[in-house]
Amino acid sequence: MKKTPVAAIVAVAALALLPLVLADNYFLHLLILFLIWVIIGSSWNIMAGYTGQVSFGHAAFFGTGAYTAGLFVMHGGFSAWWGMAFGGVAAMLLGLPFGAICFPLRGAYFALASLALNLILMHLATIAERFTGGMQGIMIMPTFVSKVPYYYITLGMAVATLVVVQSIIRSKWGYYFVSIREDQDAAESLGIDTNRYKNVSLAVSAFFTGTAGALYMNYMGFIDPHVVFSLHDYSVMAILVAIVGGVGTIYGPAVGAFIMVGLQELFRSGFFGLFKYLGDRTGSETFTQVMEVVQHAHVLVFGILVVVVILFLPNGIVGDWGKIRKSVFGSKPAA
Amino acid sequence: MAIFLQTLVAGLLKGGLYALIGIGMTLIMGVMGIINLAHGQMMMVAMYIAYVLNTMGVDPYFSLLVAMPTLFLLGVLIQKYLLNPLIKVETILPENQVLMTVGIGMVLTEVVRFIFKSDYKYVTTSYSSATFFLGGISFNVPLTIAFFIAIAFTAAMFWFLIKTDLGRSIRATAQDKDAATLMGINTGRITVVTMGLGAALVAAAGCLLAPVYYIFPDLGGPFTAKAFVITILGGLGSTVGAILGGITLGMAESLGATYLGMEYEDIVGLAIFVAVLLFLPGGFKRLTKV
Repeated sequence: MKKTPVAAIVAVAALALLPLVLADNYFLHLLILFLIWVIIGSSWNIMAGYTGQVSFGHAAFFGTGAYTAGLFVMHGGFSAWWGMAFGGVAAMLLGLPFGAICFPLRGAYFALASLALNLILMHLATIAERFTGGMQGIMIMPTFVSKVPYYYITLGMAVATLVVVQSIIRSKWGYYFVSIREDQDAAESLGIDTNRYKNVSLAVSAFFTGTAGALYMNYMGFIDPHVVFSLHDYSVMAILVAIVGGVGTIYGPAVGAFIMVGLQELFRSGFFGLFKYLGDRTGSETFTQVMEVVQHAHVLVFGILVVVVILFLPNGIVGDWGKIRKSVFGSKPAA
Repeated sequence: MAIFLQTLVAGLLKGGLYALIGIGMTLIMGVMGIINLAHGQMMMVAMYIAYVLNTMGVDPYFSLLVAMPTLFLLGVLIQKYLLNPLIKVETILPENQVLMTVGIGMVLTEVVRFIFKSDYKYVTTSYSSATFFLGGISFNVPLTIAFFIAIAFTAAMFWFLIKTDLGRSIRATAQDKDAATLMGINTGRITVVTMGLGAALVAAAGCLLAPVYYIFPDLGGPFTAKAFVITILGGLGSTVGAILGGITLGMAESLGATYLGMEYEDIVGLAIFVAVLLFLPGGFKRLTKV
């Protein structure tokens, strides 16, 4: 097996040093979002990309983690940081019975059930007003004023997630996972307890996603059912992050997270204020209108991106890197 | 007792429409082996077609004649140019087609939002809120008409699947794709036709629902969820199951809304979904065998 690429180490070192040079809150915020997505994307990937159990409802685990942190504050007045310790565990506890029910069934059941789990939790969190605050959500006071501590915590967690994912994939478990994805019957005939290892991969995936949720609660300070259990913003985005970067590759989700968070922000901010700038400079109405259209177009762009990526880069940017390099730089041998 | 009967009737009428949504989904599931997560979004597109025609003074029931062929075409194009090419591509995840339908659903929703904005639209007809009484129980006129049209479509679908060559080819492909190919069936074409049919059926459901429902771009998602609950309830790929599943879901939702409260209406379907997975994996198909 390959060792950790130099590029990854350099990237982490660069990210660790970044706040020393660039202490701009806006960019730190984007980087924190990017790192949270590295965690979620990698967790989705270990279950879907490596074990082949595609989840359409990862927001269920994310939201469970976030609500665990929120509920610590709401009931009992503990610090939301306790959520970091228990959010992942709570998500895991949610995932295990769910996996036990769904994994013995073959076919589309798991995908559909994960979607249903997501919707059920969203409705429950809305209905159980006394316990979760319902639609009003939960608001907490952030611990730190500066974004730098959050940045380092998130960076640490993202690196930890990647290290754990990488070591799992390179261990015996990783081979079990891939064998289940490639041919469940063959895996079973070799004596692999497929249900058990599907559950193991679900537990790992749920744990990290839940922890990311708890972190989100601590960082953002506000959650409500339609934010953290959102199908579009989390479940589908988790899939996008992984497939754009490369399903079944270790660094794919990190690349995907970078692209997706970048794209989202690019559209949300109207090409980082380019249109607003042009509008102010020329005084023309058109640019302002274009900007409004662009700001609302990010989901459309995501949808088109899914279609295009699946059609032309089915293994993602990392997975199809050879293909991309070939078509961009001609068929020269790899330099 | 009267309330109970009233609830059942309301559920049954709604169930007829759900059956129509479910049959389209289960046909696609049976033939292609994928869940179409853009199913509700297709219905939403059909409802907007009904809305646009309604603003020009066309009755929603006549808009069926426009919406169904349009959606058939949309389904055909999606299958031919977006889903079928994926079969040949070598990928890690077999679910790529399902992911593709998610993407298609997003594109449909956002394109519609782009054109019509997010606010609620209504298809207003003189009979939208008309009711008649039968033995002390009120029947909503548009829902009753919708129910009977839905039954007619379902019956026509069965006739088509059982009696015609094309219908038989579809069933053969659903049962065993390789064997069907060996028997000389162009399974690629069958998948295209099936997607078209599924889309047309859900378009019919959309037009029938238009007079009694409000129309907005995000309505696709919840209906996709309903569609897959129905399919799981009925058994993946089973048309009879989809009818039973649709009616069960309709009844359960009404009962939930009456006896638990309106906010529980959506969660009832999902609770059934979980119960089916736990106690009857394979759905009604296991009981009816068809």
